[in-house]
Formats: sequence, C-alpha cells, structure tokens
Amino acid sequence: MPRASLPNAVNEIEEVRIDTDILIIGAGNAGCFAAIEAKRQNPDLRVTLMEKAHIDRSGCLAGGMDAINTYIKKDRTIEDFVRWSRAQAGGLLREDLTISMAEVLNKPIEEWEEWGMPIKYEEDGEEYKTRGKWDITISGSEMKVILAEKTREYGCEVINRVVATNYLMDGEKVIGAIGFGVRDGKMYIIRAKATIIATGGAAGLYKPYQNDGNDSHHQLWYAPFNVGTGFALGIRQGAEMTTFEMRWCATRTKDFNGPIDTISVGYKTPMINCKGEQILKTHYAHLGGDAAPRFIRANAPMDEWREGRGPCYVDTTHMTPEQIYDMKYDYLNERPSYVLFLASRAQDLQKDPIEIYGSDPYIVGGHTASGYWVDVKRSTTLPGLYACGDVAGGTPNKFVGGCAAEGLLSAKAAVEYVAATELGSINEEQIAQEKERVYAPGFRQLVVGDGVTPREMEERLQRLMDEYAGGVHQFFRMNKEGLQYALRHLKIMKDQVKYLIASDLHELMEAHEIIDRLDVAEVLIHHLMYREETRWPGWQTRADFPEKNDQKFDCFVNSRYNPATGEVEMFTRPYEQIIPGDRLKA
Amino acid sequence: MPPVVYQEKCRGCGKCEEVCPGDLMELNEDKKAFCRSRRDCWDCMACVKACQYDALETRIPYQLGYYPARLIPKMKEKEIEWTCIDINGKVDKFLVKTYNK
Repeated sequence: MPRASLPNAVNEIEEVRIDTDILIIGAGNAGCFAAIEAKRQNPDLRVTLMEKAHIDRSGCLAGGMDAINTYIKKDRTIEDFVRWSRAQAGGLLREDLTISMAEVLNKPIEEWEEWGMPIKYEEDGEEYKTRGKWDITISGSEMKVILAEKTREYGCEVINRVVATNYLMDGEKVIGAIGFGVRDGKMYIIRAKATIIATGGAAGLYKPYQNDGNDSHHQLWYAPFNVGTGFALGIRQGAEMTTFEMRWCATRTKDFNGPIDTISVGYKTPMINCKGEQILKTHYAHLGGDAAPRFIRANAPMDEWREGRGPCYVDTTHMTPEQIYDMKYDYLNERPSYVLFLASRAQDLQKDPIEIYGSDPYIVGGHTASGYWVDVKRSTTLPGLYACGDVAGGTPNKFVGGCAAEGLLSAKAAVEYVAATELGSINEEQIAQEKERVYAPGFRQLVVGDGVTPREMEERLQRLMDEYAGGVHQFFRMNKEGLQYALRHLKIMKDQVKYLIASDLHELMEAHEIIDRLDVAEVLIHHLMYREETRWPGWQTRADFPEKNDQKFDCFVNSRYNPATGEVEMFTRPYEQIIPGDRLKA
Repeated sequence: MPPVVYQEKCRGCGKCEEVCPGDLMELNEDKKAFCRSRRDCWDCMACVKACQYDALETRIPYQLGYYPARLIPKMKEKEIEWTCIDINGKVDKFLVKTYNK
C-alpha cells in the first residue's frame, strides 16, 4: 500500500467528513463487542469504528489469549464475584459497576465460542475447563480475527489506520472525534450522535527494564501500541478520571516481561526466592500467603530482591513433561514468542525454573480501577461519551471477558441515547485549530528541520517516571519530593511539545503518542501525590507514607483537568458498599 | 523484536503491512517487506502468521536470548502447526487449535 506524504501546509490537508449514529474509537475487544451490540440493538443505526491499527490484529488480543480470567461458573454467584474482585483490589472498587458487569460477563465469551473460538472442556464434557477460581482456558490465538470478522458481518463500518487526536466538541458535549490517517495523511472528522471510547489502557509511561536502548524497547507485557490516547482525549476535555494511582505492576517472566498466570495459576507452580523458600507461604504469610491479593503477589518478588533474596522464580522443576508441553501450548495461544524465548535459552524447565520480576507500571482499567469515572450505563461525565474496557475506571479484574461485557453495556446505553439525540453542530474553529496542532510536528520538520524526535521525548518521559514516580527500578517506591520533581519536568516537556518533529506519518503518530502519554502521566502523578498513604504496596507504594490511612483515603481519588486553567483538580468520592461483608475478604 | 525478512521468499503481497498493529511493516521500492523499527515490534507474530510464503520469522533480541532459536507457525484451516527449534537444535512440535468448527 503506497504511503502518503505529510502535507506541506494546512491548506493541503485533505479532509474526510463522515456523519454516523454511533462512533466507537478503538476496534479492540471492547470496541468490537460494543459495535456488534449496537447493531443488534438497532440494525438501522450506522455504527462506525475508528481504529489506529487494523481491526484483525489490533489491541491487546493481537497475539491471542490463553485464558478468560473472569467467567462465572454454574455454582458461583454475582455476589461471590464482587467479594472476590473487591478483596483482590484491596477493598476498593465500584460495586455498582462490578455487579452490572457481572450480570453480562459470560455472554460475550459464550458468543465467541459460538463464532468459532475453541474453549477447553473438563474431561466429563459438560463444563469449561477450570484454571483458577474464575479462569477458563481457551485456544485464543485467532480470537481477534474471529471477532473482527463478526464485527464486519454485523454491518459495522471499520475505518482502519486512523489515529484519534481529540473529541469533536459542541460546547460541553462530545459529538464525535477527529483523527488523522497514518497511511493516507488525511484528517478524519467523524460526527456522531453518540461516541464510545474503547482505546485501551496506557503502556510506555515508564521505562521497562528490558529497554536496552536498541532492540527490545517494546518487550512489554501490555500492548505497546495502547498509549493511553483514550484517557488523554478525555483529560483534555475535562472528563472526570478515577484511581489512576492504582497502577498495574505485575510479576512477569524476567527479561521477556510476559504473562505469568499461565504458569503460576495454570500449573500451580509456587514462587520461590534464591534460597528455594516459597515466598508467599513464608515471608508474606501474614499478608494472605498464597491467597494474598494481586498487588501483594505482584510486589513480593521485588521485595525479595530488595531484601537480598533475589533472584526469584516460579518453581517449574516439579512439572511433568506433559505439563510443560501443555504450558507451552497455552503460551502459543497468547504470547507465542515466549516459547521462542525459552528456546533461545535452551531452557529445560525441569532443571531451570522460570525467573520472575516486576513489570513496568501500566494504567489499565481492565486490571485495576483506573480510568474514566462512569455511571452504571458506562456514561462518562462528558455528555454523549461512553467508555468501556481498559479506559473505563472503577471496575478492576475485568480482563478480557469484562472488557467485552462493558462493550455490550456501553452500546446499549449509547443506542438509547441516540434515539433522542440529533447530530451536533461542528465548530469549524476547533477543526482549524486541530489541523494546526495535529500536523505541527510535520510542519516544523519542513520549516525548521531541527527539534525533538518523538522517540527522544518518549525515552525522557519513561526515564523520568521510572526514577521519580515509582518505576520498577525503584522497586515501585516513591515519595512526595520525587513526584514533585517528576511533575516539574513533565511541565517542561509539555511546553517542549512545540519542538516535536516528524518526517513522515508514522512519526507523526509517534508524536501524538508521546503528547497523549504526557497528559496521562501528569494526571497520574497528581493521583500518586494525593494519596498520602500506601494502600496497595507495589501498585502504589509511598515510601513517605508507608501505612494505610482508612480515615482519609478509604474512598476514590478522582481528578479533573480544567481546560480553562490548565490545572488538575483533585477530590474524593465516597465508597458505596452494596454487597455486605468484610471488603478485604473474598 | 521484529521479524527477519527472507528477501528471496518475500513476494511483496503486503499482508504483513496490512495487519501489523504497530504500523511497522512496509514494502520497499523492490516490493520487499521490511520492518521500519526493529525495537518497536511487540512480537505478536501477526505478520508471521499472515505471511503465506514463510518469508517472515520472529527473533528474540540478542540482549535477551541467544542465537539461533526459531519458531515457525504453519497456518492450517483450524489449527496452527508450530515448530520450535532451540539453540542446540532440539525440535518441539505443537498442534494448536484455532477454530472449533
């Protein structure tokens, strides 16, 4: 496919204007389910997906998936699910959202199976094969291709390779989105009666330890092309955000930075330290041992390192050859290159256990509770805008099934909203300003020919966040002074955005990826500064406030960037308990 | 890290360019695929799976794993036949189900 060049001047920018009923930004798992559901609710509606990559392989499921981590099996209830998810999240989640998600949690998974995705069954044939308490095992290598095919089949319109840059606004109301084609260079102005944001979470805010400066920059657990654009779009228009400080830092396979549940949950291999001690049972027994919440399990191997008891491993030496084969089979469904990685070390897992380490921190609403503050309909605080999947906050432990379920919920609400809504009126001044802003790095390259490349700024941000905002190299620990330092430098970088240069459309996309990351990082730091306690060690470790402070912080920490003043306003929202019982116990 | 492109096998069909989630695969003037930024690849193997001519192969960055391990998928109608060869030449085969019908 021939690639267009960057336009040489604003008046050379070609426009594509589309009017639609529902615009979904991001054709990943959540976005595709939202699109399909919208069409099912009302087949007469025009449903348009704006996708940065190609729908067949975009988002978190590009490489596939080997498990669905939240599926409510026959003998379990929604209440059980809320209790479990609540305890895993250290007692802080939106129970209303979790309940409404749980009500439709199984539907998309069963549909996926109907559409062709293989799910493993127990040997007696009736029930899905269980992996952990809520997990089922799938053969999901091609699950995204299957979902993409269905999305097209339902008559949804897919616009691939368009990078969203801002919401289209009619006063306070979201009436669509603006973006640019990374292959054709055109500006897309898509007006919609309702807009659903489904762009996923944010990777690449922090420096990953695999980053050796050349070939392994994107050796990440989370999809590196999910850069937090959906958060940034909302932040820039003053949407309320919640719980960014609950970062997702996880135990991953060392060097490869790959998923670990496949081994530890799937094959019940304990985490051990260099002395061979089972660390959860020994050093972390008081925090729950093997049943400790996710953040404890994520942090334990890094604490072991800090205490001088690293390296740490998942002990695969007791696995049978059949189990090792099955485990590799599972990886081939999710991150096939991990099998290649093991081969590149000629690693015999019965002799050499798999080493583990902390990941770089991510902001991922499908795992923790970070994201847009939404109501049960998944409506954001911006009228006309709905959120689902990793961008939507309040509901940790969604994972693949929950993100899909939220797609269904947001679509249902958007369809209802559309019935009573007309298309908004486009503010041509916004379009003119956005053209200047979006293509500026290209124009600078043309006119000045010197400045800051997106890569330079990305690496500067990642180093800054890693060192001063609790990255993996700091064992996820941070303090007020470090965070203030990070904020000061972030502000310098935000001012330096005007020096960004791009010599082609791909670099222009990279420029907007770093611009978006800066906005997300700024809000994140405000959240980390505000919560002066340590609620989730590892995810959020304040070295200067090592204890939990329930009196002040047993609540949601929320933020709103004020577009008029440029300030991030911080405030809290109370916890509302619906399911009774000890919130820290499943 | 990115796919190695076997130049003689690449027919310039552009499938890898079509699907790459990172917009990293392109065709050069001779209609041969190349990866514009090796370090930005996520190893999702979408391009390798999409290549009908066995022209692409994912490789682990040397900083992380040794040469010359290989992992080759052969796409079939309802499954993928994976061949994995470690640095000492040990071969493992896997038949992974992709579609249930």
